Amino acid sequence: MSNLQHFTKGFIKENPTFVLLLGMCPTLGVTSSAINGLGMGLATAFVLIMSNMVISMVSSQIPDKVKIPSFIVIIAAFVTIISFLMEAYTPTLFIQLGVFIPLIVVNCIVLGRAEAFASKNKVLPSILDGAGMGLGFSMALTLLGSIREFLGSGKIFGISLYSDNYGMLIFVLAPGAFIALGYLIAIINRIKKA
Amino acid sequence: MAEKRESTFINMVLVLFVVTLVASAALGGVYEITKEPIAAAKLAKKLNAIKEVVPAFDNNPSEEAYKVGINEKDTLEFYPAKKDGKLVGTAVKTFTSKGFGGNVWVMVGFKPDGTVYNYSVLEHKETPGLGTKMVKWFKPTDPAREKSSIINKNPGTVNFTVSKDGGDIDAITAATISSRAFLDAIRTGYNEYMKKNQKKEEVSNE
Repeated sequence: MSNLQHFTKGFIKENPTFVLLLGMCPTLGVTSSAINGLGMGLATAFVLIMSNMVISMVSSQIPDKVKIPSFIVIIAAFVTIISFLMEAYTPTLFIQLGVFIPLIVVNCIVLGRAEAFASKNKVLPSILDGAGMGLGFSMALTLLGSIREFLGSGKIFGISLYSDNYGMLIFVLAPGAFIALGYLIAIINRIKKA
Repeated sequence: MAEKRESTFINMVLVLFVVTLVASAALGGVYEITKEPIAAAKLAKKLNAIKEVVPAFDNNPSEEAYKVGINEKDTLEFYPAKKDGKLVGTAVKTFTSKGFGGNVWVMVGFKPDGTVYNYSVLEHKETPGLGTKMVKWFKPTDPAREKSSIINKNPGTVNFTVSKDGGDIDAITAATISSRAFLDAIRTGYNEYMKKNQKKEEVSNE
């Protein structure tokens, strides 16, 4: 696989949300609006890129039996760094995403890529893999967030498109997340087969 | 690629030690860098909330703030706003645990006589589209909805409970629990504020 493919596979072919179905917890939890989805996606992308990079560099030095604990420590460190940064520079978003920021540590995508890809590959492909997966995840969450925000409250990124009196409240609530995600997965599957 | 390290005890201890050491050093560094911006962001948020709920002031309310414990672990925060040395209002950071989704934190501004000047919901986990309406519901701009307003009403003379429970305030449609919780927070703030005020008056009378 070429470097370019390492990067682009995260968007459609192996999209973590729509195809691999990893990291469902933040996917369903925070996507009540487009900006939340984008913020969560980019925070995860940062953690993915950094942890993939570091893990691909050090993995040859880590004995197998302590591989998972070491990876978790590295990932947790980057998650804490991004949460400090978000609290300092984007406090409103930080409060809205709440507990889901620290929960990036246990997001299956991050550990999954570290274990399945970064620990077996060189630095550059690992960074590209992390970037592709991270941006694919951001794209999925933003898309899901936009759809839910649009149907639920008539807005996209807080810009009002129609009166929120006509919004379908269910799309802002949890069931709407499942419904919207289900249709999106169906559409992506159709595109992949075509 | 370099030779894989054996999983001997020494190797494992060494590797974990180095990994955690580097990680904690990095965290310490970032913490130091972001400490000030975090504090500044929090302060700005607090000051904005205070500004929104009390009349114009020229002191620094967070410097003169005081706290009152209402039970073992919960405290209310009071921010006196003064103009030319005279008290024009007090912002009270109050809360309730009766919300539909847990605690609701409200910053409410009282004029010196206890009349509500304005409020601002700081933190809540109410249902989107229903309970979240509390952010604007209780300060309507439409005069026809005067009964759901708490602005310029005094909890001492107006009954601050929802009309369903025999009170004088109209609850949010389909979110009575959130409305009850909200009014509960305001009442808690009012009661503590009046207690504090009366104490002060006694002191000044002596």
